[in-house]
Amino acid sequence: MIKFQNVTKTYPPDTTVLNNVSFEIKLGEFVSIVGKSGAGKTTLIRLLLGLEKPTSGQILFKETNILHKKRSQLQELRQKIGVIYQDYKLLGHKTVYENIAYVMAVKGEKDEKIKKEVANILEITGLSAKADNFPNELSGGEQQRLAVARAIVNQPDVIVADEPTGNLDPYNTYEVISLLNKFHETGKTVIFASHNKEIINKLGKRVITLEEGKVIRDDKKGRFIL
Amino acid sequence: MLTNFKRILKFAGNDFSRNRGNNAAAIFVLVIPILLATSLFLFQGLSQSVISQIQSKMDVTAFFKEDVAEEDILAVRDELLRVSSEVKSIQYVSKEKALQDFIDRHKDNPDFMQALAEVGVNPFLASLNILTDQPHQYEKVSAFLESGPFSELIEKVDYSQKKDTIEKFSNISSSINKFGFILGGVLFLIAILVVFNTIKLSIDNSKDEITAMRLVGASNWFIRGPFIIQGMICGFIAFLICLIVSGVAAYFLSPKIEILAPGFSIFSYFISNLGIIALIQIGFGVGLGVLAGFILVRSYLKV
Ligand SMILES: Nc1ncnc2c1ncn2[C@@H]1O[C@H](COP(=O)(O)OP(=O)(O)O)[C@@H](O)[C@H]1O
Ligand SMILES: [Mg+2]
Repeated sequence: MIKFQNVTKTYPPDTTVLNNVSFEIKLGEFVSIVGKSGAGKTTLIRLLLGLEKPTSGQILFKETNILHKKRSQLQELRQKIGVIYQDYKLLGHKTVYENIAYVMAVKGEKDEKIKKEVANILEITGLSAKADNFPNELSGGEQQRLAVARAIVNQPDVIVADEPTGNLDPYNTYEVISLLNKFHETGKTVIFASHNKEIINKLGKRVITLEEGKVIRDDKKGRFIL
Repeated sequence: MLTNFKRILKFAGNDFSRNRGNNAAAIFVLVIPILLATSLFLFQGLSQSVISQIQSKMDVTAFFKEDVAEEDILAVRDELLRVSSEVKSIQYVSKEKALQDFIDRHKDNPDFMQALAEVGVNPFLASLNILTDQPHQYEKVSAFLESGPFSELIEKVDYSQKKDTIEKFSNISSSINKFGFILGGVLFLIAILVVFNTIKLSIDNSKDEITAMRLVGASNWFIRGPFIIQGMICGFIAFLICLIVSGVAAYFLSPKIEILAPGFSIFSYFISNLGIIALIQIGFGVGLGVLAGFILVRSYLKV
């Protein structure tokens, strides 16, 4: 489903963030990408979404090379991958409700469906009471839940979470992980970037370990070993 | 497609009402170039009217010698009309008519009447009064009369005295026009820079929002649409303000301008050209608003 082939990313002049990275993620897998802060996890995700271009190597999504995609095709790709960004990337001038409805509108969903699904996802993420608030009126945990809600509302084939538990207390962390797990159980692919040892070890799923831009381990039932 | 358009409209409406401060600023600065364009248009009308009034007062008069017969003068008139396409009209004034005109004009002035009585005979000469289409053609006509085949019959051609006034006026009016357009153009450019800068400040506010919209897969038009429609709304409101302001200004300035340019009512000119003026104002208002939205959002649509 997703294939990185000898991907290298160097920022000018000579900061090599990813160095000859190769791996494959199959449909329905739950993969954790771990590594210290600065290891290149976020860069890897940005490459997958076509937000950055690799210096060399190929990136395939569903057998098509994303480097060959036109701008409009990249937008279609981005609609198919639900991303929880490390810094949320919420729409600051729209309410909680509108943030979620926006991604459904982008996908061209019908008004009735949007109404129904948004209400449903607000319920699931416990944000119903905050529907008419703006993102800057939310706590850190609520913003993170909004980012999760927005990423999953379209039921994408793939969900990518970039340190979604970074700022959360243990209770909210558990909530987010169980949401991702539930999502995975419906047959979806989950990519989970984290530097949180405890969470990764508890998951007991495949782990790709990055260090200094290289894949140093790729374990079926991995643990966080660095 | 239609759904998308409806959604873009709805986003635009929401954003517009949430962004009142910035939009008020945008409307305010949009008013400036629209009013400038409107004043240039009205000024153009004013100067055109003054020029044509002065032109209509210009003429060439050929006075014929005492002994030239009326048929000969009329023959000259017909010949002039035949050979020259530049001549618009020719009026024949006989000796008797000239005397009568003088008496009509000065009958209340005993000095003039006294002088006329002392002369005893009719001192006036028969004349042809010639109008042309363009002021510069007077020179040609006057030269033709002075040195052409009829010069023998003609006592004098009264043009050169008026010539100076005519030339002075055309010089002044053309330099006023030039100066007005250069000044107007410079002010207009400055106003457009101010418009773009103000709208840029407003759109800069949404820089992160635009990036986030790209990240979730929104197409360029889906992102740009609401900004462009907001520009359109601002431009339209600015147009309404300008239409009212310029109409009211024309109404109140009309008497004052009529003193400077008798016979020209700027308010009637405004009303009779309302369609063109509204078109200019909508064009500049909506055009600038849309263009600014289009260009400024584009710079943030990189990812
Ligand atoms: N645009 C950029 N220009 C230069 N260096 C960058 C840029 N983006 C990221 N980096 C560098 O790439 C490295 C990896 O960053 P990142 O992918 O965010 O790591 P992680 O998400 O694992 O913490 C960091 O050292 C960061 O400074
Ligand atoms: Mg990161």
